[in-house]
Amino acid sequence: MRDPIGKKAAELKPSGIRKFFDIVAEMDDVISLGVGEPDFDTPWAIRDEGIYSLEKGRTFYTSNSGLKELRTEITRYIRRTLDVNYNPLSETLITVGGSEAIDLAFRAMINPGDEILIPEPSYVSYKPCAILADAVPVIIDLKEEDQFRLTAEEVRSAISPKTKILVLPFPNNPTGAVMRKEDLEAVAKVCVENDIYVVSDEIYSELTYTGEAPCSIVQCPGMKERTILINGFSKAFAMTGWRLGYCCGPEAIIRQMTKVHQFAIMCAPTNSQYAAVTALRDCGSEVAKMREAYNQRRRYLLHAFEEMGLPCFEPFGAFYMFPCIKEFGISSDEFATELLKDQRVAVVPGTAFGDSGEGYVRISYAYSLENLKTAMGRLSAFIAKLRASKS
Amino acid sequence: MIMREQILELLERNSRMTPAEIAVLLGSGEEVIAGEIKKMEEENIICGYNTLIDWDKTGADMITALIEVRVTPTRGQGFDNIAERIYNYPEVQSVYLISGGYDLLVILEGKTLKEVSHFVSSKLSTLDSVLSTATHFILKKYKDDGIIFDRKKKDERMLVEP
Repeated sequence: MRDPIGKKAAELKPSGIRKFFDIVAEMDDVISLGVGEPDFDTPWAIRDEGIYSLEKGRTFYTSNSGLKELRTEITRYIRRTLDVNYNPLSETLITVGGSEAIDLAFRAMINPGDEILIPEPSYVSYKPCAILADAVPVIIDLKEEDQFRLTAEEVRSAISPKTKILVLPFPNNPTGAVMRKEDLEAVAKVCVENDIYVVSDEIYSELTYTGEAPCSIVQCPGMKERTILINGFSKAFAMTGWRLGYCCGPEAIIRQMTKVHQFAIMCAPTNSQYAAVTALRDCGSEVAKMREAYNQRRRYLLHAFEEMGLPCFEPFGAFYMFPCIKEFGISSDEFATELLKDQRVAVVPGTAFGDSGEGYVRISYAYSLENLKTAMGRLSAFIAKLRASKS
Repeated sequence: MIMREQILELLERNSRMTPAEIAVLLGSGEEVIAGEIKKMEEENIICGYNTLIDWDKTGADMITALIEVRVTPTRGQGFDNIAERIYNYPEVQSVYLISGGYDLLVILEGKTLKEVSHFVSSKLSTLDSVLSTATHFILKKYKDDGIIFDRKKKDERMLVEP
């Protein structure tokens, strides 16, 4: 029999989280700090709208691009928050989560051999999606001394004549890093000078704790016409299971993305699209409440780390902390595995998000304070043990 | 002022939270928080610290009644005078002045049906300004003070996710 498996799929490295997941699944009484989604339920008004749309029998396909009503709300939302205008009909596409938009953007823009710059540590799907689109991923290692921000110099030195796209994954999973306006402006300048496109994954844009207005690279001069802005409902509105994201960008690119989307997906879930209209129209205050709760937990963890002497830069976005565990002289993977076995606390090794995550672990604070308190007690005991065994 | 509201929101959800804990969550100092709480207690913004109890789950006999009361307001005093005469009874839990079909909503806790009806017939109805009463007994409490009583929420998320 011939080998049923194609080379490209076979050579794709499985997610580093998989192995860890299998260990955790076998254990009882684990306190997990390993999730990548909100602990809140979707606000009731949104769920209610979803139920209502089912009752009304809205169970058909929508247009490939998505409900016009929703696309209009999205462009209004972007105007409100970023003061940038997109045409809801020609420059907006509703996708199945932000992840689909990443995949589509690469497929629509890449010729075989083009290079995509991917800052790491970052979300696990950029690299595989780049490979599947026949691009060559070029990794930029972000550094803690820069607060895991991407610098213009790092972009400049990674550029080659083949570079076509820069991925901008901020606010960042797993580090929690955010880019300031001046950081974005510096990177934007390099992109314009070198004619590079940007795929800006802003799925955590609603979850920042600097107290400043949100900013995006599309606000920088010359960038709107060379950026695909990706966002979605999962993190801001606690709607992960609804599988709904969107992207905005230049008409020519969105048209090609829509074509691929049409053949692969047809359209995003209709029910979710109706519910999302309510999310954007009526749920701003619910988002603010969740943001405040995350911020309180963030402060709690920073305080707890400080008390146990675990170094961690202060992250201002998403719902992750990325403490440094280098002092213990073991790998992230070993640290996470030992912590799980010894104290039954699950965290994700930093290396799951790229080689530059070595020496760090990702701790999610999408958990209740009570949960976090118990987990910090156990983490503290574990660290004390490690220190005692070393000395 | 914003800080005050944030303190109040935390205490409203969990009155056992200490000033030190609140200070960490709000990024402030323990003395600052303790000072604000003390001031708010003095200003009667914080009027007390209660515990929310689902009495149904205990063996204790407890019955709650909502009583709609129509009254004649007194000259110069409006409804305050009659409200005071009602809220001074210790078994009265809450008294609200209400717009609409009646004037005062009285929430009463008693041990038995007999006890509540005795209060209504002998104490409440006999007050001069009371014109009429309508008593409703609460059969089941689903949610009180923003807390859903019988929700056992299990975390159904996967344990590790990218």
